[in-house]
Amino acid sequence: MLNSLQDLYHIIPLLIVSGGILVSIIVEMYSKDSEKILFALSILVFGAAGLFSLYSVNNVSILFNGMLATGGNVNVFSFIFNIGAFIVTLLSADYIRKYGTYYGEYYIILQSSVLGMMLMAGAKDLFIIFIGLELMSISFYVLAGLNRKRYNANEASLKYFLLGAFATGFIVYGIGLIYGTAQTTSIDILTVRFPQLTGNLLFLAGVLLFLVGFTFKIAAFPFHMWVPDVYQGSPTVVAGLFSTGGKAAAFSAILVTLAALFNGNVGSLFTPYLIFVSALSMIYGSIVAISQDDIKRMLAYSSISHAGYLAIGLAAGNSEGTAGIIFYLAAYSFMNLGAFGIVALIEGENETNLSIASYAGLAKRNPALAALLSIFMFSLSGIPPFAGFFGKYYVFFAAIKSGLTWLALIGILSSVISVYFYLRIVVLMYFKDQGEEVIPSKSAMGMVGVVLSAILVVLLGVFPGSIINLISSFL
Amino acid sequence: MSLEILLFIVFSLISVISAILMITRSNAVISALYLILNFAGLAGLYLLLNAQFIAVTQVIVYAGAIMVLFLFVIMLLKPEHEKKFLEAKPKLKIFAVAIAAIIFLQLIYLLFFSKPSESLSPEMTKSIDSGTIEAIGKQLYTNYLLPFEAAGFLLLAATVGALILAKKKIE
Amino acid sequence: MTIPIEYYLALSAFMFLVGVTGVLIRRNAIVVFMSIELMLNSANLTLVAFSSYLGNSVGQIFVFFVMTVAAAEAAVGLAIIIALFRNKLTLNIDEINILKW
Repeated sequence: MLNSLQDLYHIIPLLIVSGGILVSIIVEMYSKDSEKILFALSILVFGAAGLFSLYSVNNVSILFNGMLATGGNVNVFSFIFNIGAFIVTLLSADYIRKYGTYYGEYYIILQSSVLGMMLMAGAKDLFIIFIGLELMSISFYVLAGLNRKRYNANEASLKYFLLGAFATGFIVYGIGLIYGTAQTTSIDILTVRFPQLTGNLLFLAGVLLFLVGFTFKIAAFPFHMWVPDVYQGSPTVVAGLFSTGGKAAAFSAILVTLAALFNGNVGSLFTPYLIFVSALSMIYGSIVAISQDDIKRMLAYSSISHAGYLAIGLAAGNSEGTAGIIFYLAAYSFMNLGAFGIVALIEGENETNLSIASYAGLAKRNPALAALLSIFMFSLSGIPPFAGFFGKYYVFFAAIKSGLTWLALIGILSSVISVYFYLRIVVLMYFKDQGEEVIPSKSAMGMVGVVLSAILVVLLGVFPGSIINLISSFL
Repeated sequence: MSLEILLFIVFSLISVISAILMITRSNAVISALYLILNFAGLAGLYLLLNAQFIAVTQVIVYAGAIMVLFLFVIMLLKPEHEKKFLEAKPKLKIFAVAIAAIIFLQLIYLLFFSKPSESLSPEMTKSIDSGTIEAIGKQLYTNYLLPFEAAGFLLLAATVGALILAKKKIE
Repeated sequence: MTIPIEYYLALSAFMFLVGVTGVLIRRNAIVVFMSIELMLNSANLTLVAFSSYLGNSVGQIFVFFVMTVAAAEAAVGLAIIIALFRNKLTLNIDEINILKW
């Protein structure tokens, strides 16, 4: 429960987003021109919540009888989710009309998914993790199948739904065993009791089931089958949200729940599992991405390999790793959203122009877009001046510090492989002329979104030190 | 043999047999009916565990509302019957069953090896008190207020989502 | 409470794996979804058993939320299945494969 008005101040970002959902529903009911109003409202909601999270980053507190944390890295995550959704909204403005789904409900569901992500990042109790996860996932299932006249979208949404619900089954069973053996669902108490409970096999089975369920949600190796299909079938901007916000929220939930595993006190209980997930995701994602012709499938496999790089930070299990993951997630969210945004701009009516060949000669026809896409591709492949490089640098550094040098080496190897398929697009854009005439759609809002992500990618690449210091100061 | 043990055996047999029948029937309607029987068996077990509120909710919400929704959809769509168990992809299916059996044996081993009952000292009165509507309601509106509110948003999002996916006409 | 909790947990583990098997071997999307409901229910049995033997109601409140989520999932999932059926007239997940797995 809230005890004072002061507490209300701490949850303003949550109040803004949840208020946004309610107002959007009312606007959608009564207004004929709801599409434009809801677009403006979503921009306002996400912008305000994101900026306020950053502004109040030092207001650390725990509310609702130890259910919810605010301030610190919770607000850093909240900033990532909200600004990510802000960019997605900008990109959607003209895209969803082109794609054939201009319902006002789109924005309502988008806001619900962000509310779920924010709850997951702020959770101090398994209840909140679970409800937040489901709020986000159910919104995602709907977003994937938004254009229900299109068979592709139906199929993507059914696959996402069945596998997502399957993973939820594992997570609930895992939470059941954790609750029974630790006798609590409070994450703080769980963290304290973790060292004594490591001898209890039933507890470890519960944690393992929980991790397996979340491996689905972060789209990492043994449970990655749904990723390419879902990204290919969903609207492009929505796929961008799945691969950034969804992944960041799932990682935040793992970091929060199993905090005991990542502060170096418990040791290396689940390290073998995390190493397995991480190494295979990196290698598998990078190698399969080479052979893809569809750009959305290529970005999907690249998303699997990025889940692997992020899992290096989990396997490292020290506070450098945690800080590295948070920085990496911020960098990855903005660069990947930018890449998906450009794909959405290039995409023609009826999901055409999605093959990699459509990008040939883009530099001549539209130098600005080509330059922006090059920034995102350089950053995704981890080439120095951009944010992606520092993200990888911090997680590899954490791995080396905890003695997993060979895992960092696999990461570097996989980055080298990935340079091939990222730079292939850059080469196509600049050095190949005879492409088919692909005219990118004119969308001022979309351009603003892409430029904004490029600015954030460059900023994170220029000031990585101060940001990592900010994140580390809250650990 | 005490009544408790007898009831446990009856309810668990109902649950186990109906669960197995549920996944092996080729007609989806019959599967759904067996699932309802399974839920009824579980409700009986919940009563044995002194969880009155959950037992009642299980029957009203799960068996009464969710499964009726399933039955409506199955009868609306009239899916064709599936092939018999071993007619399509037999190797894959045998593999799946074998994996599940191995995991089951491991879990059983884990359970009886780690003996959770040794660290638990069940007290009948405490257990009965914790399962009443009063106890659950009190907790729900005090300590668990935030998840309760969030669940409201979850249902709202699901309602909007289901409407947009399934309504007949798009303007 | 003369029955040791292990028996409840073993029953729940068994039903959970029956559910997992159902998801893996069945081809009808609705039956796959019902198998997932079976998994959720067996997890509920674990939660209620622990809750009762520990004598605190937290596990039962969690079950209450799992039921809420199951209801929301059922609404959205069945809506997705209906939308798919209108386009393709099948529920067999082997035939739902325009996008390659």
